[in-house]
Amino acid sequence: MASSNSLMDSLFQRSLEDLIKGIRLHLLGESSFISKSVDEIRSEIKLTDLSTKSIALQKLSYLAALHGVDMSWAAFHAVEVVSSSRFGDKRIGYHAIAQSFSDQTPVLLLITNQLRKDLNSSNEYEVSLALECLSRIGADDLARDLTSEVFTLLGSSKAFVRKKAIGVVLRVFDKYPDAVKVCLKRLVENLDSSDPHILSAVVGVFCELTTKDPRSYLPLAPEFYKILVDSRNNWVLIKVLKIFAKLALIEPRLAKKVADPICEHMRRTVGKSLLFECIRTVLSSLSDQESALKLAVAKIRDFLVDDDPNLKYLGLHALSIVAPKHLWAVLENNEAVVKALSDEDLNVKLEALHLLMAMVNEENVSEISRILMNYAREMARIPHCQRGQEIGHQMIDIGTRIKDVRLELVRVSRSLLIDPALLGNQFMHPILSAAAWASGEYVEFSKTPYEIAEALLQPRTSLLPPSIRAIYIHSTFKILVFSLRGYFTAQEPISPPLVQESTSSGSSAVNCFTYKSISSLMNMIELGLRSLSGTLDVEVQERAKNVLGFIGMIEHEIAEKVTGQDNETAVSSAIVFMEDVFSDELGPVSSTAQEKVPLPDGLEIKENLEDLQEICGEFLKPIFESNSNTNSFSASDKISFSVTKLSIRDQQEASSSSSPPPESASLLAEHRKRHDLYYLSSQKKDEHNDSNGNNNTLNEYPPANEISGDSFNPKKKMNQSKPRPVVVKLDEGDDDLKTKPNASSNDEPLSRAIQTALMGKGMGKEREKDNHEKILDSGIKEQSSGKEKKTKKKNGEKSSKHRSRRRSDKEASAAKPVEIVDFLL
Amino acid sequence: MIKAVMMMNTQGKPRLAKFYDYMPVEKQQELIRGVFSVLSSRPENVSNFLEIDSLFGVDSRLVYKHYATLYFVLVFDGSENELAMLDLIQVLVETLDKCFSNVCELDIVFNYSKMHAVLDEIVFGGQVLETSSAEVMKAVEEISKLEAASNSISLVPKSVSGWRGR
Repeated sequence: MASSNSLMDSLFQRSLEDLIKGIRLHLLGESSFISKSVDEIRSEIKLTDLSTKSIALQKLSYLAALHGVDMSWAAFHAVEVVSSSRFGDKRIGYHAIAQSFSDQTPVLLLITNQLRKDLNSSNEYEVSLALECLSRIGADDLARDLTSEVFTLLGSSKAFVRKKAIGVVLRVFDKYPDAVKVCLKRLVENLDSSDPHILSAVVGVFCELTTKDPRSYLPLAPEFYKILVDSRNNWVLIKVLKIFAKLALIEPRLAKKVADPICEHMRRTVGKSLLFECIRTVLSSLSDQESALKLAVAKIRDFLVDDDPNLKYLGLHALSIVAPKHLWAVLENNEAVVKALSDEDLNVKLEALHLLMAMVNEENVSEISRILMNYAREMARIPHCQRGQEIGHQMIDIGTRIKDVRLELVRVSRSLLIDPALLGNQFMHPILSAAAWASGEYVEFSKTPYEIAEALLQPRTSLLPPSIRAIYIHSTFKILVFSLRGYFTAQEPISPPLVQESTSSGSSAVNCFTYKSISSLMNMIELGLRSLSGTLDVEVQERAKNVLGFIGMIEHEIAEKVTGQDNETAVSSAIVFMEDVFSDELGPVSSTAQEKVPLPDGLEIKENLEDLQEICGEFLKPIFESNSNTNSFSASDKISFSVTKLSIRDQQEASSSSSPPPESASLLAEHRKRHDLYYLSSQKKDEHNDSNGNNNTLNEYPPANEISGDSFNPKKKMNQSKPRPVVVKLDEGDDDLKTKPNASSNDEPLSRAIQTALMGKGMGKEREKDNHEKILDSGIKEQSSGKEKKTKKKNGEKSSKHRSRRRSDKEASAAKPVEIVDFLL
Repeated sequence: MIKAVMMMNTQGKPRLAKFYDYMPVEKQQELIRGVFSVLSSRPENVSNFLEIDSLFGVDSRLVYKHYATLYFVLVFDGSENELAMLDLIQVLVETLDKCFSNVCELDIVFNYSKMHAVLDEIVFGGQVLETSSAEVMKAVEEISKLEAASNSISLVPKSVSGWRGR
């Protein structure tokens, strides 16, 4: 194929096929060939002939998709191509548009008319082209303008077109919520369709919609239930199950009704995908339904023992969903989990690891931590494992929480630190930093601090990023201080009680520090760090200089010690001081800290304070979700009060409590008075909370100094890697109430619109469709009869929907919980 | 919702890439490369799933299948079932097979627009639209006929290969 600029070539345009062939031929000079082609395309695309333009556009789309060439400059040309009457050109044009247009493309609005024309075309394929384009790039204005066309198509007789129209509805609703008024009815009608393609499209759309905003679609539960029971199509069933998973979370009575059909499906189906979805639904949303839960766990067991690695992975994944609430399921499958840890497949291993962390309790903690350490060691062989950070955190977590495991931790850390090969592996770095920290912190457990210090200073550590290097240096410092302390206590005839206490827990530590070993330690550290004192990174430099300064300060004194026998030299007190400094920083090390700092009453575990920063982020979440009023602590009590609460809660591991502690009730009342406007009516809230039996098992919040040992779960969870303390977010009630779950500012108009649309429709449906009666018991409660009369009146009148919408807007949120209740009675 | 569909060969060259969330071309290429680097390190007999939160954001999962020299990759979020997605890849490959009879990588390389036609019938705007390969085939054939009909209006061949003679 000639690539020269012959006359013939310039007259005839290269087609896409030629382009591809050309690229394949130019293996070496590919990028230059591509840029040459792009230049060609630029000139071709400006020609007026539509077919030339379209081929140029096609080539450009190809290059953009597969070779990363930017094609946003051709936006206008794409619009031109789309206006061609030829189907082929249209196709190319729409493809290019769908691929490259975004909300920011300036010429986006120019295609509105073209889209409209094509949507109204009689050729169903043209319609489908337009629909597909709209579904991918639909912006607010486009959606608004084309809503009526979409509406027409939703009722089209051609199934081919209808199912695509249904698909596009999702995008339209997302961008232009008012479209709901027009389209929702048709959409819901399609739920009754007998064509399985249409049905699967519709439930697919509803699944997406429900994921974003479950509450608004609750009234459609009866239809979904029908589909759940009747349908035999796996795709449809999977989607419906997902919908119910979301709905059942907010409406537990639904869970009861749905549990039986789901169990039926679980027993009957052959399709593993459906089975897994059933299991997942049961585990995530129906976990109080005893029989369903047992059946699901039994099926998980089948997954776990299957040879297919996919099923094994999914089984473990399912277990991890259920682990927080029903640990017995995980414990039953104990052996499978441990076996999975040594599986070849990385995913399987990771899932098993998570489960293992969940399974930890006092008995198996040492065994589990040993497994964890081995795993960390294995990590070195996995080149792309991205969980290094997590493993590192787990290691530190275990070390700070569980005293017994520190010995093991230090042992493993030592082996990790010594290995020079690991330093080159970037993914190991978080683990190495954890190992370094642990070695420094718990150096008293180590038999060979000198070796560790040596490992921390090895030349290859220059491969580490500066932050981790800093940790290494600091740990070296800690080791030095420890060794010096040991040296000095070995010198002193009467060992002060301080040292004894600190070393009693590390009984295996050997404290024979001679002058020779100390001085060689110091020399080595000095040597290793001297080169760093000029390094560019400030953190590393500072730390290195700190250590060097310290060494400089004491080294000549050390030499003196050999001769003199003073008990209280300046140096030794300096050493004591340094050691205490280290003890203070990270609480749970030695008991010297205990004596130094007066503890406020009720403060149990010190490390909570240090981890405050880390877990503060987690705190913010529970407070937003539980909508509780525990944020009413006055600013004056901030620190001590909150710390106390923190530590108690951490011990209790209360996962979510939505009722305030009794002693803050007065503060709560005060807060209410101040911010009454923002509070929802409390009675309804409490009722609603109580009806969600499963969500608030730990409703009772014990008073501050009582540690109730009765609830099994909190005690168990104490050793879990991820604590879930409920927060004490101080006096930010406004923030809390503004951010409601499941409703971003974008979705609110949409959900409101959907709710009103469905409320109006729903009431009518109840009258018309008798087959709902087996699901909806009769009886419209008197409570809401007033509201319902209004909506019943307005049911048939579309024109008045605008008026009713404004009014019902205000009432919608308040009356909402009551309305939905009715449907399921 | 399906976030992306990708096909790449064992050297990492993308053969098809379709993203259902808009992102600029550089980002697309970056993602393709990222996915390939993770895929290439997977041993043979492991599960077909991957967590790729770091690449595609939270709650995204990846399913891939290795056929001869090609990786077929589907990226999706929590509203799709993993095993069903695996089935979907199967459907896609079967349809391609019917379309090209014993499809191989070269067919995919040279039939860019037909590939997209097939894919567009199966996945529509991120939603799974059609799971029966027969239906998809029907639609794709219709589209090809329409295209051929519209293109045959021009009598003078407009491309180099046309000029060189069919």
